[in-house]
Amino acid sequence: MSDISHASDVFTAGADALAEARRHQRIQQRRARISAILRYAVLLGVGLVMLYPLIWLVGASFKTNAEIFANPGFIPREPTTEGYVQGWETSTPYTFGRFFWNSFLIILPKTIGTAISCTMVAYGFARFDFPLKKLLFTSVIAILLLPNVVTRIPQYILFRELGWLDSFLPLWVPSAMAGDAFFVFMLVQFLRAIPDDMEQAARVDGCNSWQTLLFVVVPMLAPALISVCLFQFMWTMNDFLGPLIYISSVDKYPVSLALKLSIDTTEAFEWNRILAMSVLTITPALAVFFMAQKYFIEGISAGGIKG
Amino acid sequence: MTRTRSLGLIYLSPYILGLMAFTAIPFLASFYLSFTGYNLMQPPKWTGLENYIELFTSDRTFRRSLSVTLLYVFLTVPLKLAFALFIAYILNYKLRCINLFRTAFYVPSILGGSIAIAVLWRYIFATEGLVNMVLAWFGIEPVNWFGDPTNALFTITLLRCWQFGSAMVIFLAALQSIDKSLYEAAAIDGASKLRSFVFITIPLITPVIFFNLIMQMVQAFQEFNGPYIITQGGPLKSTYLLPLYIYDEAFKRFDMGYASAIAWVLFLIIMALTLVAFWSSKKWVFYAGDKRS
Repeated sequence: MSDISHASDVFTAGADALAEARRHQRIQQRRARISAILRYAVLLGVGLVMLYPLIWLVGASFKTNAEIFANPGFIPREPTTEGYVQGWETSTPYTFGRFFWNSFLIILPKTIGTAISCTMVAYGFARFDFPLKKLLFTSVIAILLLPNVVTRIPQYILFRELGWLDSFLPLWVPSAMAGDAFFVFMLVQFLRAIPDDMEQAARVDGCNSWQTLLFVVVPMLAPALISVCLFQFMWTMNDFLGPLIYISSVDKYPVSLALKLSIDTTEAFEWNRILAMSVLTITPALAVFFMAQKYFIEGISAGGIKG
Repeated sequence: MTRTRSLGLIYLSPYILGLMAFTAIPFLASFYLSFTGYNLMQPPKWTGLENYIELFTSDRTFRRSLSVTLLYVFLTVPLKLAFALFIAYILNYKLRCINLFRTAFYVPSILGGSIAIAVLWRYIFATEGLVNMVLAWFGIEPVNWFGDPTNALFTITLLRCWQFGSAMVIFLAALQSIDKSLYEAAAIDGASKLRSFVFITIPLITPVIFFNLIMQMVQAFQEFNGPYIITQGGPLKSTYLLPLYIYDEAFKRFDMGYASAIAWVLFLIIMALTLVAFWSSKKWVFYAGDKRS
């Protein structure tokens, strides 16, 4: 008898425990669901607040001037491309086409120079031993942290002495000499994570170090190099202070300066022209970002960055 | 590494030349210039400590600019980092559209430094702009964002905080690398979410907090585009950050010596705060696998 009652005790206890466990599981599931809903709600809310100004910007660029400060929605009541047509013409003898071309002329050599010089330097740091290596690598970190304000004035004086003012050289040359320490640092980190077996094999097969760099290392570095080029493109596109200091003739203005010029020269009420040109100037960076966002995110996670 | 020792230096040659020409020598030159009067026309004239004495005794613009800069940095950096960490924490979960959200939150960081966004800020914070229109729905009187010194600084701060994406991505990567079993163990011991966050998450990501703190601080001290375009330093110089003052002295009044002195004061402040951060980091930054005894 006692055996049976014991067994039934055990059974009911077991059933209770099972029910308890199920209830617990259900509570946990509900908690997880509430947690997920809360997270989505916060993310959507924050996302909306963050991105709405940009959405509004695009909408407002198609609005009439009267509507811009009257309608908080982003869909224009009377859509017009007047802002684009007139803004493109600018108040200067040049159109925005000229300014985009100038930006392109700044960005292309600068990006290519950055990619080549930073690859060389990173390869040197990651794969060779030489005197003062530690000190030189410390200088990379130091440049990374050094505020540019402190070197800007002598740099200006230097470029003035060289007769480089009002040309693109001050914007190209420092970057083409691996001056953007962040990229050097990022590529060194990337290279250090790659074993050098392939390079050893290439050397055994008779490649010299330049051939090894070009045919073995560069292909392996490709994803990191793409990140470098994308960041350099984006930062240069957004750069304002550099051109502001060094470029003085309007025919050499990149879009960032041209936009500032159009704020200063456009009639006070011609808002949609400025908004329309603002949309155009951010379009290249946005397009590149959306096409290649994987590289951006990897780049930041790998090196950790500004912005 | 059996190859010749000089080969590495050949690969480094562009960097070494650039380091000398564009960083090391200019760095020393600006220190020298800060003790001179130099207007680009006549050669620099040694004036000793005169620039610095003027800065700290009679230059009221400098005093204003310095206090505004410090206020801006101490407001912006903690706000931005806290926000970045908060969003990263929420994103660090098995959410369906995590990549979509991460991308969306990163967009402002792509564009944030551009002139176009500064222009946009001018429009949305205008008296009849988007922000006031939205506030009106909640029955809030229109705010004079650019006319009032405190509000003006706040709009510039918001512009920076809006670009929290890259700090967030770095936080998120750190959060994702934390071993989940730690949280499970803490939950079994009855720790609440908040306690696990404070006692597990935060200590484990201190290296990343430290990194973000330094980077954001160094950048915030150099903010230029926002105040230059949005408020032109005003009203009443309430957004006249030191980089603006340096720019005006150097490239508008061509007083290179005086501008260099301001730049050096700014540099020394950044250096001092960075050193404080590094020194204090021994007490609060925890490195996994730390071999320090």
